[in-house]
Amino acid sequence: MKKLASLALAGLLIASGAAMAAEGQKTAKDVSFSFEGPFGTFDRQQLQRGYKVYKEVCANCHSMRLVKFRNLAEGGIFNEEQVKALAATYTVKDGPDASGEMFDRPGLPSDAFPSPFANDEAAKAANGGAVPPDLSLLTKSRPGWYGTFNQLWNGIGGPQYIYSVLTGYEETPAELAAEQPEGKYYNPYFGAGHWIGMPPPLSEGQVTFDDGAPNTVDAMSHDVAAFLAFTAEPKMEERKELGFMVLIYLAVFTALLYLVKKKLWADVH
Amino acid sequence: MAGHTKYTPTTAFGKWMHERLPIYAMVQEAALDFPAPKNLNYWWTFGGILSMMLVIQIITGIVLVMHYTPHTSMAFDSVEHIMRDVNYGWLLRYMHANGASMFFIAVYIHMFRGMYYGSYKAPREVLWMIGVVIYLIMMATAFMGYVLPWGQMSFWGAKVITNLFSAIPLFGDAITTWLWGGYSVDNPTLNRFFSLHYLLPFVLAAVVGLHVWALHVPGNNNPTGVEIKSGQDSIPFHPYYSMKDLFAIAVFLMFFAAWLFFGPNYLGHAINYEPANPLVTPAHIVPEWYYLPFYAILRAIPSKLGGVIAMFGSILILFALPWLDTSKVRSGNYRPIFKGFFWIFAIVCVALGYLGSKPADGIYVLWARILTAYYFAHFIIILPLLGLIETPKPLPASISDDVLAKSKAKLAPAE
Ligand code: HEC
Ligand code: HEM
Repeated sequence: MKKLASLALAGLLIASGAAMAAEGQKTAKDVSFSFEGPFGTFDRQQLQRGYKVYKEVCANCHSMRLVKFRNLAEGGIFNEEQVKALAATYTVKDGPDASGEMFDRPGLPSDAFPSPFANDEAAKAANGGAVPPDLSLLTKSRPGWYGTFNQLWNGIGGPQYIYSVLTGYEETPAELAAEQPEGKYYNPYFGAGHWIGMPPPLSEGQVTFDDGAPNTVDAMSHDVAAFLAFTAEPKMEERKELGFMVLIYLAVFTALLYLVKKKLWADVH
Repeated sequence: MAGHTKYTPTTAFGKWMHERLPIYAMVQEAALDFPAPKNLNYWWTFGGILSMMLVIQIITGIVLVMHYTPHTSMAFDSVEHIMRDVNYGWLLRYMHANGASMFFIAVYIHMFRGMYYGSYKAPREVLWMIGVVIYLIMMATAFMGYVLPWGQMSFWGAKVITNLFSAIPLFGDAITTWLWGGYSVDNPTLNRFFSLHYLLPFVLAAVVGLHVWALHVPGNNNPTGVEIKSGQDSIPFHPYYSMKDLFAIAVFLMFFAAWLFFGPNYLGHAINYEPANPLVTPAHIVPEWYYLPFYAILRAIPSKLGGVIAMFGSILILFALPWLDTSKVRSGNYRPIFKGFFWIFAIVCVALGYLGSKPADGIYVLWARILTAYYFAHFIIILPLLGLIETPKPLPASISDDVLAKSKAKLAPAE
């Protein structure tokens, strides 16, 4: 019967997470992040830089509607004063007021990030027919690689997917040039087939960081991918910390239970 | 040892209560003093583990409902609200989502345990069949629960599974429309799934009650498959098995916690973090891992109706298991040929699960067909024949004899 346990586990591992890559999608580049593994935590400096990239570049097209300004303070990326000031730089639609009119006001920490387009149709019209997906959960919804065991040890590679799409634009291969759709770019890392409707969003030196960190396309992509991992799972650090406490507690408790059980059963033959 | 001590109240309140509602006497007889075979191994702890998981699912579920909104335009966001804004909401939601997987791991071990030790044989047929009912209700509950967060896989999974009913001749389309509450999977569908997802776990709890009742009439089976013959063979459930179960539960909770805190999304589908979109079909629609073997069987049959019949048949056939297995010997330990076929069957189930996760074409379908055929052959051909041709090993005279022989073998120095 011992085999049963290993079998059950093997079955579980084989059967789950077995989604498959789209035709011809390249496996994401395996860049590493500070928050990987059971002990990994976010790098605050990096999240600040990632936020800046998001705000100055991505936010022109992509919404992030599930994230609120106050989440940036809760995550320790900025302090409350900074968040208040930062929220106020956004314009938020509110209302109706007493006369029934909608009005614009500066953002508050409790507001969600405003979306750049009023609806999907507007987003489509402005982006050559492609809707820029909401970025709040993208690192959780887009695998960078596949394989049951691969995903078990290395995660789904969501942040790596973002990084790879941003840095993965290539010259269209000659044999595909003829079928290149109007307004699409060649990007073999893109999950929905290699033609992507997003023009390469980043260029060398585009965003200047306050901490003087490098601002190559590569570095900015890494920073914004880390920031989006935070927006997708803002409670990740809390989760891991609690996890260790629970596991240690259970380990001690289990050991005690084992001793009691052993003593109790000693006279049963 | 398991002397059935009759409960006699010792306090004045105890007496007063005993004459009106003899609840303590019932607990003492049915739970505390209940005589159990003394040789139960750890595979017998999964009943206790399952009861705990049901309680965890109900408690986390009820609290989730306090923050969840069952409407197509709000369900997805309300789950994210739970994850982001509710105090420890992420913990509740991950407990509930991973808890469902843990529940199924435990139930599969529990069922295979029963199959190996022949726990479904007389006089435990009804106990086994109630177990199969529990399993069916669990599957329905988890399926409807998975629809609630209203992500891409929620929507498309619901669509694919409910569409199966359209294969029923004549009334198929009408039934599907009736299930949906409209002409597509939409808000009425989500609402009824929510209602039923709340209801079914309580039905489940009641059926678990029947299961335990049906257990208490014949008592536990055990690894030898030989019934209790004297007081020598049994010990009271409490404190012996209550303690052993508690220890096993603690170990299982550690396994649960490891997933919950360090890989909470691994057992789910990434694409379910994208809101449901009826206009965009995901590249691969795959059910949760615990349904995969049945999904493989469904797609192995070239006709839709045939596939649906085979899929439901593969579960319903478990009801007939007590009569399909013709051997009088219960435990696989004493059935040398059965033992081999048991493990082959277990591997076939896992392999079907693997095939269920793959696209239904080429070599995968071929294998799914072969293994589906084998799955049914195991029940319809192998088990009935084995009982007739196999010579079982000699059974121990009693449970005590077996326990004594084993402890002697352990004590005797190896020569
Ligand atoms: C000019 C508008 C625009 C800007 C600026 C922009 N994007 Fe995009 N993005 C799009 C569009 C449009 C798509 C959808 C492409 C498609 O579906 O073909 C897209 C798609 C993506 C995808 C692929 C999503 C998927 O479905 O797998 C990622 C990742 C992404 N963007 C990240 C970013 C990040 C990070 C930034 C900021 C550095 C950014 N984008 C800036 C318009 C933009
Ligand atoms: C037999 C026990 C149960 C099982 C197996 C089960 C299973 C599930 C599953 C698989 C999900 C989807 C998880 C996800 O991916 O998000 C879910 C969601 C949900 N369940 Fe249950 N459940 C059970 C009991 C209950 C009970 C008793 C309630 C309420 C009283 C409940 C309320 C909910 C709610 C509100 C959701 C949506 C929130 C979410 O998706 O996390 N569940 N359930």
